Amino acid sequence: MMSVRHGLLALLLEQPRHGYELRAEFERRTGSTWPLNVGQVYTTLARLERDGAVEGGEENDAGQKQYVLTGPGRAEIEQWFATPVRRESRPRDELSVKLALAVTAPGVDVRAVLQTQRTDSLRALQDYTRLKARAGEDDLAWLLVLDGLVFQTEAEVRWLDHCESRLVRARAAASPPPAPASVPARQQAHR
Amino acid sequence: MSAVLELRDVRRAHGTGEGLVQALDGVSLTVAPGELVAVMGPSGSGKSTLLHLAGGLDQPTGGEVVVEGTVLAGLSAKALARVRRRAVGYVFQELNLVPALTSAENVSLPRELDGASSRAARREALAALEAVGIAELADRFPDDMSGGQQQRVAIARALVGDRRLVLADEPTGALDSTTGEQVMALLRTRCDAGAAGVLVTHDARQAAWADRVVFLRDGRVVDESVYVPPTSSLGALT
Repeated sequence: MMSVRHGLLALLLEQPRHGYELRAEFERRTGSTWPLNVGQVYTTLARLERDGAVEGGEENDAGQKQYVLTGPGRAEIEQWFATPVRRESRPRDELSVKLALAVTAPGVDVRAVLQTQRTDSLRALQDYTRLKARAGEDDLAWLLVLDGLVFQTEAEVRWLDHCESRLVRARAAASPPPAPASVPARQQAHR
Repeated sequence: MSAVLELRDVRRAHGTGEGLVQALDGVSLTVAPGELVAVMGPSGSGKSTLLHLAGGLDQPTGGEVVVEGTVLAGLSAKALARVRRRAVGYVFQELNLVPALTSAENVSLPRELDGASSRAARREALAALEAVGIAELADRFPDDMSGGQQQRVAIARALVGDRRLVLADEPTGALDSTTGEQVMALLRTRCDAGAAGVLVTHDARQAAWADRVVFLRDGRVVDESVYVPPTSSLGALT
């Protein structure tokens, strides 16, 4: 699981940095998709220092410490980069649950639910695409974050399309043409 | 600004009696200069029919198609062919470039068919190739270019001269995702420069380049997503 801890270690891999600098840099790299508060940053730095992953230098006149990555800290972040990310299982997200409930609840227009979601997802996708078009080619980190959002949203739209065609097929099977009588009855029983 | 393309309650039926199928069932759509509209929908929803009608490649069984202020119904075959050539450009997944012609010749072809002198047509073709960023490939043949470059030629050809309506059917379908994205960015740029575009696609990532995304189902518009900048917290931060 990604944590603020790994984010800070990754930034320290480049060069020693102050706490306020780490926070600003973290937000800039992730395109503000993950805002941090000051407290989170300093608590995490304190823990990293306790664990020997970073060393804090002397405080300057403004009372700010510069942090440096240690050997164990470097090993930890290298291990993190080398480890594949497992997404949390999707079926628990709200949209999945909403659709699962919509297909069984009486009187819910599932296609309307799907379409409302699709329109909204498309709007988000339009938004990300505009941001990409505006981003400079050299801002690689920001472009990668946006690409990630684009592909995730695209996957969601494709899934919604798939849900709709599955729904249409299921309905067609549930109301078969009126002949021969025995076959649809058997199909019904099998479903 | 007056619309480049207008569909007014357009219908297109195929077959008769019991076999009657409404491919389009009362669709209205207006596309202004500078606008890119994407049309999405499942197979059989009427996307391609809409594009064919908009380009005068097919006739509606009801309603009106208006291109640059001209109602297409009632035009003679010759007059319709002229509107298609002068006002409308097409970009398809299949590239449809003539292999025996250089990219400049491919782009100038519609202008020459239109009666422009070869010299004027070439000058316009070079300007169009320049606008899509491949002026240096003017004398290359399609087979000596990448898929992305060929699609740029197709876009240049679609918008050569003073044509302002580009109709695109899955224009990046055959391209890898980054090349496809460059082609979409180019189409976007041409629309920002004043062209009107209609893009038919099943790919949400392509559709997202549009100002509006129209969803078709069973020949009808069921919803529309209009880009309103900026809508998300991400947009607000940049």
